[in-house]
Amino acid sequence: MELFNTKWKLALSGLIIGILAAILAFSGNPANMAICVACFIRDMAGALKLHTTGTVQYFRPEIVGFVLGSFIIAKATGEYKATAGSSPMIRFLLGMIMMIGALVFLGCPLRMVIRMSAGDLNAYIGFAGFALGVATGSFFLKKGFTLGRAYEVKSVNGYVLPAALTLLLIIGVATPLFVSSTEGPGSMQAPIIIALVAAIVCGIIAQKNRLCFAGSIRDIILMKDFDLICIIGGFFVAMLVYNGVTGNLVFSFTGKPIAHAQHLWNLLGMYTVGFAAVLAGGCPFRQLILAGQGSSDSAVTFLGMLVGAAFAHNFGLAGAAAKAATETEAAVAGGPATAGKIAVVICIIVLFMIAVSNKRTVKKK
Amino acid sequence: MGDMIELDVRGLSCPEPVIMTMDAMEANPGMRIRVIADEAHTRKNLEKMLKYQGKKSTTEEKNGEYIITVEA
Repeated sequence: MELFNTKWKLALSGLIIGILAAILAFSGNPANMAICVACFIRDMAGALKLHTTGTVQYFRPEIVGFVLGSFIIAKATGEYKATAGSSPMIRFLLGMIMMIGALVFLGCPLRMVIRMSAGDLNAYIGFAGFALGVATGSFFLKKGFTLGRAYEVKSVNGYVLPAALTLLLIIGVATPLFVSSTEGPGSMQAPIIIALVAAIVCGIIAQKNRLCFAGSIRDIILMKDFDLICIIGGFFVAMLVYNGVTGNLVFSFTGKPIAHAQHLWNLLGMYTVGFAAVLAGGCPFRQLILAGQGSSDSAVTFLGMLVGAAFAHNFGLAGAAAKAATETEAAVAGGPATAGKIAVVICIIVLFMIAVSNKRTVKKK
Repeated sequence: MGDMIELDVRGLSCPEPVIMTMDAMEANPGMRIRVIADEAHTRKNLEKMLKYQGKKSTTEEKNGEYIITVEA
């Protein structure tokens, strides 16, 4: 059944995901994160004590829901296929790099769009970097970049991530083993059932419509295909309306929650994410969907993101949010510290190394 | 099989199968191309691209694999 075979249906599916994101923001999630994949994987890393930044620790049901939604619908429609073996270690590295770039900017491509819909001009700078990164990755794809093929493996391989995340969520809910922030973004939590159900629905839709933030720009560059960008358009409109109604729509570089105005690092952070996402075959959100439908390679990319988030916070690579001056504290410009800047430059160098060293071999017949 | 090129895109990440097929069509005008794919989304992407390019194609599903024959 072709559910999303026209641009308006795709846009409508994006609109629905946007509405679900708005519901989660309204229900308690940080307003301009809503369902940010990088932020939420970072929160999970904190909950599991892989890092100890007190304000960003919570085992987010949304991440579990995205994977489960994709798994459920893929199983139901016969699209589930357990595969593995396409350069797993490089994918792990790409996952780490995507996360480091995202945390320097402060958000994955999904949050970038949410921030854009709230008038955060820093996110528009980030978008320029993201598009440039996607263009760079697309250039190498056109030149024959490949991570090689994946092979079908036993079905159970694809069950591991959905099962492990479900088990961890149950542990997180039923026991005090995991850390949950009492202040900061990690403490802002939609009720578990709402978060899980909304995320499962998002996962189901995204498995069908192939929502990918990197793919939408990549497809325009490589194939002049505007299908995927229609989904992003629908998502953007939903969040724009939400921000308009709630009074969050103010165009500014400053005064935006969990953001900084270090333009170069917003640009380069998202450049890193766009470049890495194209090489990995999908943005952070898409990796979760692919993992749900059986890709162990995408599950490995997820693990890379989880470890990348831990590195970003344990070693001071993540950007700091800007803060206005208060009576007791001076203003903070925010942005990445020296370590974060060096990490982004190294990540970009590594991406070029990966891009030039993985080329398709052409077989002559 | 006559003038037919075979392209194996099984297990490749998006959008490599589409790029490879487009490249093969460009490099081999007037030839039929037989693409073997193994993911449902790859099949959809290929069929969509072929439709946009005005190419006639047929898809055969066999044991979880898709054989897409692109007419010249």
